[in-house]
Amino acid sequence: MTVRRSDGPTDRLFEYLLRLGDDRLVLGHRTSEWSGHGPILEEDIALSNISLDLLGHASMFLRLAGQMEGEGRDEDALAYWRDERGFRNLQILELPNGDYGFTIVRLFLFSAFSHFLLERLAASSHADLAAVAAKAAKETRYHVRHAAEWVVRLGDGTEESHVRALAALDQLWPWTGEFFQADEVDRELGASGVVADLESLRAPWEALVREQFARATLQVPEVPMRMTGGRKGRHTEHLGHMLAEMQIVARSHPGAKW
Amino acid sequence: MVTGGRADGQTGSVAAAIPESIALVLDAVKDPEVPVLSVVELGVVRAAEVEGNRVTVTITPTYSGCPALDVMEREIRAALVGAGYGEVVVKTVYAPAWTTDWIPAAAREKLRVYGIAPPGPAGGEPLIPLGPTVRTVQCPFCGSANTTRESEFGPTACKSLHVCHSCRQPFEHFKAF
Repeated sequence: MTVRRSDGPTDRLFEYLLRLGDDRLVLGHRTSEWSGHGPILEEDIALSNISLDLLGHASMFLRLAGQMEGEGRDEDALAYWRDERGFRNLQILELPNGDYGFTIVRLFLFSAFSHFLLERLAASSHADLAAVAAKAAKETRYHVRHAAEWVVRLGDGTEESHVRALAALDQLWPWTGEFFQADEVDRELGASGVVADLESLRAPWEALVREQFARATLQVPEVPMRMTGGRKGRHTEHLGHMLAEMQIVARSHPGAKW
Repeated sequence: MVTGGRADGQTGSVAAAIPESIALVLDAVKDPEVPVLSVVELGVVRAAEVEGNRVTVTITPTYSGCPALDVMEREIRAALVGAGYGEVVVKTVYAPAWTTDWIPAAAREKLRVYGIAPPGPAGGEPLIPLGPTVRTVQCPFCGSANTTRESEFGPTACKSLHVCHSCRQPFEHFKAF
């Protein structure tokens, strides 16, 4: 199934809502992979809860996307019946979980970005988007806090946990450039007050994460940002594999209910 | 009897507009995870409107991923059909976002008696607290404030895990949200 080309304002909003929904669907699915595998019981439960929140956010954004599109697709149709090229998530979110350090550092980097973005979208001129964003923003605060605490615990913990957290940060940092990469969808919706200016989120995000990494004795690397393309449907080799697993049941038994 | 969901001066909640006749029916519909609270007391039911034989109920999710919402929606429908309404429409809204401040004082006491420490006032916590600034939660069993939080995430999204050092009892806390 293909995603329509963006041209009108409603199509732009559809596209934008897919981005918001897909970010949370993909990270939510990755996070759910820890269910039953967490390093300690409390963390297993915490990540399962966070995953559930993210899937809840994804479902709200994708449901709204389907309504904007007006072609009868609901959140399940959008989640299970689009292929890799139809997904609009940030590439950093589709990377495999790696070790716990990698999982936590990624959760922290994205949740902090998501926090600033959703707080701004809660003031959107589009009432439905504002309502969903405000709802998601409340829960995202917990995610930021939880991940931030673990960033310090791992970064300023044992020699082993420090080395691993630092390796995770080195690997993940170059992917964060994509957070702030705006295109015509952001610019046009931004001009009418519907969405936030991504560039304006960079300074508060950087201040927050750098302060926390300093607290965790983790040095942020000085490296160039990576090539990106998630917002245009260009993905790493990992997304297709993840989707195959995520979508297999829905596609094998279309319309199944339980 | 049923005043849950109405404005509660002490917690500064937003009043839910629910006719008494509907509130009485919905009082029987409990949160499947916290069966001492009705969906009205929990603040999930925001409004209800009766037009002849038709009733429209507006609900809002607690946490957005809460799997109990579907169950509550089904049970709300069943309860109203059981009470004789021919047509039941359930609408979901997201704004204003649900808050534990909507749970009235009497319902908080029910939580405590059930063994779940009730929520304090929501909001006001820094995004990333420096040091252990988590508020004190009173043990629902012995009332001691000598408790610590074991995990911010409990068996359901709305609860955290704590332990009381006075009576040595682990307990759940309905998070202020």
